[in-house]
Amino acid sequence: MKLDRALLLHLGLLAALLAFHFAAPAYHHTNIARIMVLAIYAMGYNIAFGYTGLLSLGHALFFGAGLYAAGLLAYHAEGTAGTGLIAGLAAGGLVAFALGLFALRTAGVAFMIVTLMFAQAGYLTVLYFGSYTRGDEGIVIPRAGRMLGSLDLSDDNTRYLVAFALFAAALLVNLWLARSPRGRIMVAMRENEERSRMLGYNPFTVKLAALTISGLYSGLSGAAYALMFGYAGASLASVQYSILPLLYVLLGGAGTVIGPFLGALLMFYLIDYASSVTDAHQFVTGAALVLLILFAPKGILGTLRERGLRWLP
Amino acid sequence: MDFGPFLLLALMEGLVTAAVLALTASGLSLVFGIMRVVNVAHGAFFMLGAVLAWFVSQWVPGPPALSFAVALVLCPLIVGAIAAAADTAVLKRLNYEPEATIVATIGLLYILEQAALSFFGPDARPVPAPLNFRIQLPWFGYSGYKLAVVAAAALVLLAVWLILRHTRAGLIMRATQIDRDTARAFGINVDRVYAGVFAMGAGLAAIAAVLIVPIQQAHYLMGGDPLLLSFIVVIIGGLGSLRGTLVAALVIGLSDGVISTFFAPTLAKIVATLAVALILVLRPQGLFGKRAA
Repeated sequence: MKLDRALLLHLGLLAALLAFHFAAPAYHHTNIARIMVLAIYAMGYNIAFGYTGLLSLGHALFFGAGLYAAGLLAYHAEGTAGTGLIAGLAAGGLVAFALGLFALRTAGVAFMIVTLMFAQAGYLTVLYFGSYTRGDEGIVIPRAGRMLGSLDLSDDNTRYLVAFALFAAALLVNLWLARSPRGRIMVAMRENEERSRMLGYNPFTVKLAALTISGLYSGLSGAAYALMFGYAGASLASVQYSILPLLYVLLGGAGTVIGPFLGALLMFYLIDYASSVTDAHQFVTGAALVLLILFAPKGILGTLRERGLRWLP
Repeated sequence: MDFGPFLLLALMEGLVTAAVLALTASGLSLVFGIMRVVNVAHGAFFMLGAVLAWFVSQWVPGPPALSFAVALVLCPLIVGAIAAAADTAVLKRLNYEPEATIVATIGLLYILEQAALSFFGPDARPVPAPLNFRIQLPWFGYSGYKLAVVAAAALVLLAVWLILRHTRAGLIMRATQIDRDTARAFGINVDRVYAGVFAMGAGLAAIAAVLIVPIQQAHYLMGGDPLLLSFIVVIIGGLGSLRGTLVAALVIGLSDGVISTFFAPTLAKIVATLAVALILVLRPQGLFGKRAA
């Protein structure tokens, strides 16, 4: 990868986040760790929605698959964080691949409803097997299950650095993907599926691959979330968690590499701030969705890219 | 109780579910059929109807029957007005672009739920039933009100059908559904038709909610299940087909009553959701819908 301004921008962001580790007040330190994990999820969502044009309303299924793969392993089978992360990654990717085989036969509105339905079925399944998952109450992951080798993920500093490492890897892979020929083909599917088909690309396989990569990201994020914050509950697999990454990506800018992180960061602090002023933080989420889709459907970075920063990947 | 009467009870419960579901889902189906808008906020309109019915029951003095009658008229009007306002302020400006409208109605759902939480509170609250008599069958007594709900729902649906088929407004709606550009060329104000249809769809959900609230209690999160079930019904019945919606509501309502009585309700919902997702994948136009041109 050539060292140009796009790469420099992303390395700069990573350097800033690393520097933040040493300078941050404890409260924001924990917040940023959480935001980085959620940003991995949003990046995965962006690969499907922003780049490939697959508007899914069921990504909580992939996030939940990762969350429960790691959570249940640690809780019932004395798994550790290492196996948990790998299991989460695999679970997210597998579920996304299997769902894609069915759901990608539909497009547009039908795709949105099918993904929503499957995710709802997944959520209800978590509740149905309440004797293993403890349903809404959720499982608290024992400390032994949160050890990554000799690293203790319940420790604040370790947690931040591990979250940072995962985030950095996810961001760089995303950047590489966005600039690779495969990334271009994904964008071609979003822009004009019929024309890409005419050029000899198979839309189904390209979309299935994109959805699977998206699932890998979501599963990894879910597993990391469970292990770092020690909790896996059904609410984390509910429809709210399908909407969150959509909101982050819309705010930051769909089809940009940094957009999901930026969206997660701003939305997290916006809701955090709103909760300190009023109880009505759901109102903020709703209003943000409506205002974004009305006035800035391309999000912050998408708008910037239109206004001159054409090199933003 | 023997199996026979038990099954009868399950079927009667299912019939009540089916009646309310048919009302709610026909609203969703109407909006999709005419406007091509998938309204995720439909469950929130349902909830709003129930919550408003509780407020009316607090404010209107006198016997429960009086306040219930007031609620039955007032709530759909208020909810319809809110829906029409949302349509004009948001959906119209998005040009009814399908994906954008779904995101916008998700936003609307959050806003309405928050409004209910802020003004109504997190508790479930009962609304008294307007009539209180039991019908004594040989094996068990059954609430007369529940049977009244079924009758009322049937009447409202009949009215909707008559409006659509035999009035000028219905003719205009159907014309807009078939070809909105030609309708506009004939001087139909499509914007007003859309606002009206969106209001009518929300109003139907509100009527369903007012009818069910004496049985179920009002709660700010009660819109989730009706939304999910309406989606299921509308998809099985064929998106936009009103007759299909009615048949599907009967099938889903009755089977929901039976499965929930004899097995676990959660299992019933899992099976229904998966079935629907597969129907959409294999037969995207639904069972009754016409193949899209």
